[in-house]
Amino acid sequence: MTAVPFQRFLDEQREPVFRFLVASVGRDGADDCFQETFLAAMKAYPRLRAGSNRRAWVLTIAHRKAMDHHRARKRNAIPVEDLPEVAHHDPPLQDDETWARVRALPPKQRAAVLLRYAGDLSHAEVAVALECSPDAARRSAHEGLKKLREEMSPTP
Amino acid sequence: MTTRLHPPQVDPAAVAAAAARFAARAEPDVAYAVVDSPIGALVAAATPQGLVRVAYEDFNGGLDAVLESLAGKLSPRILEDPKRLDGVRRELDEYFAGTREDFDVPIDWALYSDFGRRVLQATAAIPFGHTASYGDVAREAGNPKASRAAGRALGANAIPIVVPCHRVIGTSGKLTGYTGGMHRKEALLRLEGIAF
Repeated sequence: MTAVPFQRFLDEQREPVFRFLVASVGRDGADDCFQETFLAAMKAYPRLRAGSNRRAWVLTIAHRKAMDHHRARKRNAIPVEDLPEVAHHDPPLQDDETWARVRALPPKQRAAVLLRYAGDLSHAEVAVALECSPDAARRSAHEGLKKLREEMSPTP
Repeated sequence: MTTRLHPPQVDPAAVAAAAARFAARAEPDVAYAVVDSPIGALVAAATPQGLVRVAYEDFNGGLDAVLESLAGKLSPRILEDPKRLDGVRRELDEYFAGTREDFDVPIDWALYSDFGRRVLQATAAIPFGHTASYGDVAREAGNPKASRAAGRALGANAIPIVVPCHRVIGTSGKLTGYTGGMHRKEALLRLEGIAF
């Protein structure tokens, strides 16, 4: 199998990665994390074996960069984002509020929900990215969704 | 909320802008651009050492095949980056406009072994408007008897036009073959005022 030139890899993965990062860190942080993700991916790219799942591979990197971004925000003591978040430079899109709530979930649930639904990975792929069992990945995503539903259903 | 979460919508222009910013910051092992010329679209590729490939797009399996071959032979860290090929593009434009006879861009000879490299370096030294035979370049490369091997090395020239293998013709004056098709060899010789 021939190696896929990085430009082709970038062409095919740039949109899934950007979507995933908008969900993971919000519209304001997505661009920076996108740069970090593809710079790291290019560095590691020759080690990616032909026939590997390229999307799962790059989303695993994107997920790590998103976590770095969250940690840096905490360290710099930027006030925790208020919910719901309002995007400033784009008209607010339908799902942005939901994804802002996903970002406030406990870490394991947040990671599993983001990779499964914003990254569109299977539970098995999520498990590889998070270095846990497929069952654990499925459980985390399930619990995360349940918590979201509870939070977002109208109070009786 | 709905029972299923959907990935957020993104503006394709924002994605393209992010990719462009990445490309500007990245340091690929190979940068390429598609360059228009009077004899057809060319794929030009360079490493930090210099120009490494010029391919006739319609003659080498198309852009994807050219890039895949470079990925296999050099490195998969390949990015489209026309800025890094600006000098090559300018010199090619000048050559086709008739205002340049010699190419000054640095060349990366990494794709060749010893003899092949010497043959192509001898070829690069043939002046504009002149021709040489396969035996001539073989001799210049240090092995006068190896004109057949010289022919093979010229057939493997990855940088046509800039390394002017079109200036190498048969002893009888016959044009023999060319990596971009005979009509291109003829067009280049005509451009240089060479009768054939």
